[in-house]
Amino acid sequence: MTCMYGLYDHPAAAQRVYTQLKRAGLKDGDITVISAEPFEAFGFSHRDHSLILFRLALLGGILGFLTGVGLTVGTERAWPLVTGGMPIVAWWPNLIVIFEMTMLGAILTTVVSLLVTGKLPSRKRSLYDVAVSDGKILVGVPVTGDAEAIRKALDFEAAAIKSAEFG
Amino acid sequence: MSKVTAEKMTEDLLRPLLKTSWHFYVLVVILGGIVSLGVGAFAYQVNQGIGVWGLNWPVFWAFDITNFVFWIGISHAGTLISAILRLVNAGWRRPVTRCAEVITAFALMIGASFPIVHLGRPWLFFWLAPYPTEREIWPNFRSPLVWDFFAISTYLTGSVLFLYLPTIPDFALVRDKTTGWRHTVYGALALGWSGTTKQWHRLETAMQIMAIAIIPVAVSVHTIVSFDFSMAPVPMWHSTIFGPYFVAGAIFSGIAALIIAMAALRKFLGLELYLHPVHFENLAKLLLMMSLLWGYFVFNERLTTWYGNGPSEIGVFWATQRGPYAPLFWTMVICNFVLPLCILSFKKLRTITGCVIASIGVVIGMWLERFLIIVPALSHKFLPYAYGNYRPRAPEILLLIATFGAMGLLYTLFSKFVPIISIWELKVGEQPELTEPRETRDEAATLWRTHP
Repeated sequence: MTCMYGLYDHPAAAQRVYTQLKRAGLKDGDITVISAEPFEAFGFSHRDHSLILFRLALLGGILGFLTGVGLTVGTERAWPLVTGGMPIVAWWPNLIVIFEMTMLGAILTTVVSLLVTGKLPSRKRSLYDVAVSDGKILVGVPVTGDAEAIRKALDFEAAAIKSAEFG
Repeated sequence: MSKVTAEKMTEDLLRPLLKTSWHFYVLVVILGGIVSLGVGAFAYQVNQGIGVWGLNWPVFWAFDITNFVFWIGISHAGTLISAILRLVNAGWRRPVTRCAEVITAFALMIGASFPIVHLGRPWLFFWLAPYPTEREIWPNFRSPLVWDFFAISTYLTGSVLFLYLPTIPDFALVRDKTTGWRHTVYGALALGWSGTTKQWHRLETAMQIMAIAIIPVAVSVHTIVSFDFSMAPVPMWHSTIFGPYFVAGAIFSGIAALIIAMAALRKFLGLELYLHPVHFENLAKLLLMMSLLWGYFVFNERLTTWYGNGPSEIGVFWATQRGPYAPLFWTMVICNFVLPLCILSFKKLRTITGCVIASIGVVIGMWLERFLIIVPALSHKFLPYAYGNYRPRAPEILLLIATFGAMGLLYTLFSKFVPIISIWELKVGEQPELTEPRETRDEAATLWRTHP
């Protein structure tokens, strides 16, 4: 896939180009913005906000909780050891293990969700330029329609416009 | 942030990774030598049996369990403090967090190795793990030692991930700035990170969730370590105050370790531009607060024991106040309370040097505190026939020294191969108040509604 992109020094310039690209009729999903640091003050940073990670973490926590209950209660019932006058299924001490398993479930699910939704690890050659590491902000789009209109929008802030094959 | 500042920041923080001075090799050789002594002592113990230690009836827990509790406590420097500072969005945290998180990961590894060392036959440590075998023995979930296993593994897993995730963008930066094997290795560690807005958002959300999750885990870890003692009917152990007392002590010693590590990094890596006196001052204020809290807990514990005047407990009490353990007890009080109070209460003395002196005192004092919780109680049990003494022998002392060498070595190697300050987070902190022109923002909002 051929992509066209511009490299900008300032996030405000990237935001203006982003707006120009949307004026040119491009959808949010078509525009890629890449930077070496997050810019929360700008609109282009806000489009990917979602609560999915929180929800998945909660789900992971519930799974961890159930695993903890299964592990402790299941083990105690399978090997009923009498210890210190406590009942075979002793909930007070079990709660400690269940709590740790709940948190572990939430933590591991968060990490896996981050990797999956952030498409990491990625071996595919996606839109990127090493100039991003020098502080440039990359704004790019796949060239599928009117290439001239895209070029014009990217050129709005008089940046260097590049084309390359990715994917 | 000006371009020059960003470039300088990247250059300064990547310098240790890309250039190696002879100081690094000398330090590695010295620290490696200290670790080797510990490894030698451990090998000797494995070969000869645990009898080469000073352990004898009735004191079967001493240096090894002291080291375990101490290093688990030190681990509270990092992830817990970093998570709290992240959640409250404290701007000054940015250069501090990674230095702190690294301490957690390594201190936990060192601390968690001691129960295994203490087993005497460490090659059988896997018997602690919950798995079904033909022996039909699974862990007894009613044992505090099994709670330790779960708590420490959860905290270690969480802390390593908490350290690794925000390092991914920095690995990507190093990948782009290097060639050859470094490019390959850092490229693999960066997992193909490019820095899209989606990736940034997901990373920041994940860090937020991790911070929320890791705080109760950190608190639980040292509470559970305290349960190793408070669940036992041993004089001065069976106490309800032990949970918060241990957590407070852990944070206290953790902050002290962090201050020492930051001062060393600042000096040896030339990070004066990033680790400012104000960072030390803020941490010093926290240390002072924790010193007062520690004093409050000790006073509580001691007063209750003295006032209760139980025959078995008072024996342990006097052994530490004016008996054979009194010199260690009063040294601990001076190190943990008097010294920090005298130095850190005064703004003039709250310099980097002052903070480091107070922190060294606290680290020594907190090790003594762990020792004084364990050994005097075991050597003064309920009846006089169960009284005994403990004297450490060379292998134990060498192992203790080696733990500090191991911490130093691991920290040195980490700061050689990974940016010890989070570069991208530092850059975010340096961003000026970036705002879009109102008309651009309004138009973007309109476009968002019409062309989502």
